[in-house]
Amino acid sequence: MPLAAALLRADAGGVSDRVDQGRAGAAGGRRGRRLGATLQRLAASAVTPLVPGDYLDLFAPLRAGAPLRARVVQVQRETRDATTLVLRPGKDWAGHVPGQYVRIGVDVDGVRRWRAYSLTSLVDAPDGLVAVTVKAIPDGVVSGHVARRLRPGALLHLDQATGDFTLGAHRGPTLLVTAGSGITPVMGMLRNHLHELSDVVLVHSAPTSSDVVFGAELRAWAAEDRLRLLERHTSVDGLLSVEDLTASVPDWRERHTWACGPTAMLDDVEAHWADAGVADRMHTERFRPTVVATGEGGTVSFAASGAVVEADGGTTLLDAGEDAGVLMPSGCRMGICFGCVVGLRSGSVRDLRSGDVTTAVPEDGIRIQTCVSAAAGPCEIDL
Amino acid sequence: MATSTRLSTVTTERTLTPKRSGKPDPTAHLDAEQVEALGRELDALRKEVFDSRDAHDAAYIRRVIKVQRSLELGSRAVLLFSLFPPAWFVGTAGLSVAKILENMEIGHNIMHGQWDWMRDPKIHSTAYEWDHASPSELWKHSHNELHHTFTNVLGRDNDLGYGIMRVDEDQRWYPAYVMQPVWNFFNACFFEYGIAAYDLELGKRINQGTLDDPEFRADVRKVLTKIRRQMTKDYLVHPVLSGPSFFHTLGANMVANLVRNVWTHSVIMCGHFPEGVETFAKDSIEGETRGEWYLRQMMGSANIRGSKAMHVMTGNLSHQIEHHLFPDMPSNRYAQIAPRIQDICSRYGISYTTGTLPQQVASAWRQVIKLSLPDDTGAAQTAALLARGAATGVRRRVGALLRSRRGGPAGPRVTATVTEPLPVAA
Repeated sequence: MPLAAALLRADAGGVSDRVDQGRAGAAGGRRGRRLGATLQRLAASAVTPLVPGDYLDLFAPLRAGAPLRARVVQVQRETRDATTLVLRPGKDWAGHVPGQYVRIGVDVDGVRRWRAYSLTSLVDAPDGLVAVTVKAIPDGVVSGHVARRLRPGALLHLDQATGDFTLGAHRGPTLLVTAGSGITPVMGMLRNHLHELSDVVLVHSAPTSSDVVFGAELRAWAAEDRLRLLERHTSVDGLLSVEDLTASVPDWRERHTWACGPTAMLDDVEAHWADAGVADRMHTERFRPTVVATGEGGTVSFAASGAVVEADGGTTLLDAGEDAGVLMPSGCRMGICFGCVVGLRSGSVRDLRSGDVTTAVPEDGIRIQTCVSAAAGPCEIDL
Repeated sequence: MATSTRLSTVTTERTLTPKRSGKPDPTAHLDAEQVEALGRELDALRKEVFDSRDAHDAAYIRRVIKVQRSLELGSRAVLLFSLFPPAWFVGTAGLSVAKILENMEIGHNIMHGQWDWMRDPKIHSTAYEWDHASPSELWKHSHNELHHTFTNVLGRDNDLGYGIMRVDEDQRWYPAYVMQPVWNFFNACFFEYGIAAYDLELGKRINQGTLDDPEFRADVRKVLTKIRRQMTKDYLVHPVLSGPSFFHTLGANMVANLVRNVWTHSVIMCGHFPEGVETFAKDSIEGETRGEWYLRQMMGSANIRGSKAMHVMTGNLSHQIEHHLFPDMPSNRYAQIAPRIQDICSRYGISYTTGTLPQQVASAWRQVIKLSLPDDTGAAQTAALLARGAATGVRRRVGALLRSRRGGPAGPRVTATVTEPLPVAA
């Protein structure tokens, strides 16, 4: 009942908020609100134990009040491994600031997987569409699916935009340092703000000329003298060093710099800027690491109880937790009853029956059966 | 420490425990090596299917959910005009089917965790609440954990007769069982409430006299809240919305719930009660390995043969054997593995009990009727046993009543009439 009640409340809240907006300022506002709330309760009691939204989802998955989703409107190939998705977000989409990213849940082979992608579209597009650009990484489950199999019409799941890799109020001299898909948040900034910026240098690295995502658009701007574009084609010229960078942009200290790309590149520029005493002028964006070290066993932390134990690869998380005095929910102890399912906040675990490894980061909301899972590297459990 | 032996397929020795009846252990013909091989074979089959779960499976359950919800909405809309007989019939039929689909192919299977792998928070064992009197939380404990782990173990698996019936000759006979065909009929009509009482372990609580245990009382409140909501929906909100069709919609909803109760009761009775299904002695599961557990699941379950539509309407519990082997396998895959399970059974000399729906329902009812009487007794002997049982019962109840009048502890004494074995003719 607590769950059902919470769902009911959550749903009722959503609708009455909408009623509030719709009737704001009207004379009969309060009566309307009461009527709305009554209708909402009636609808809830007519469909219990589901919620009205479960039925509305059949017809209007993008409506206000629904969990945030998006419909794929267009799938555009940018380069051989980059794809832009044009999306119609649900009614509750709150907009974004250029440079921010959005977490997108894509059902790949039936499994919902969440990834963060930078928004590259105009913030005030008249059609209300937004765009993200996804670069396929080798063996990338989600990026590979987006590049090869996703079609217009598909429904995706969405969070609100987030991230502080943005220009803020800055409109002065600007240096942008990007590599690979690191161009995507910067493209969001440029498309929205280039006309307000007077002095922009973009140093972008990609293996070859044809690998430069948004290459044509960037070169057109450079041709019109709207920005200075320095392309580094790493398959010929090698990786960009900090020395190369500072040599080609001698006034780098005077500029505010936004950098996005591989970890090594970001580490280098951050260190260099810090040594020069201008760390406050460096803004970086790090993408989620895609490779997580996995092994046999590891340190298991229990988030709520604070217990930390070392468990080997053959010890179930249930046993490890019980031995550490954590109050573990349990049932059949053989993987069939699902009475022990809890959240895996982060880290990797291995299913002792199949050997399959499950990896989670905090926002993923992944749940696992502790009675048949063992640590496969450090992991954190929601207990 | 408490790591279950059932996580391991390694089987080194076999302990066979005969049952009270003296019947041999049905798995006695298999040695440890064979049981271990069987366990590995079934583990490999499980892995093969689980590794191949993909977008088609996800699309299947989403399609079933969509069809079910559309059918329920449509049927309830039609029932707004249930004053007109055609609307009443169409709406009632549609709602009955929708309610059956929801409980069986959707609710039961989601709560088993069959779809957890999709990571869809709405189709997840920890979140789904079904259209049923018993809250999913309680049901999951008594069904997923107790019944599926201890399937057909005498004294451990209360699903064997739900604690109110004798469905195996190795269960002790009590005079009250003479009425069990009648109980079974009423249980069929009010099945969801029977399950709610069962999930609360109401019978055990009454016998133990622990009705005022705080945990139990909290569970009772949960059940009553759920029942109140369910009843408000079916017997108040929708009838009121129907206006002049109030009583017709009320009746339609009652019929739909009755149809679902009888249908689910029949299907579930076919799972473990029909003739040919084996039961196991309590001691036989000490140190049970994964292979031995698989063995027990196969011999302790019975399938129903029939059309695709029948399989869906039973929530694929018609593939009870496959379901008991792999309770968390997506239900749409049971049909696919059934021939291979049947092949495994024949290779290892294990029974694979199956039959059509009418055959299996009849078989289960035959058991209920046959076992309502003590074994190997003539009519006169049975009558004598019943009379003696009734006399004992009356004497004890009157005694308890008198004692309680005097302020003595009445509760536990009454249990004696239920638990103390009565002499059964040898």
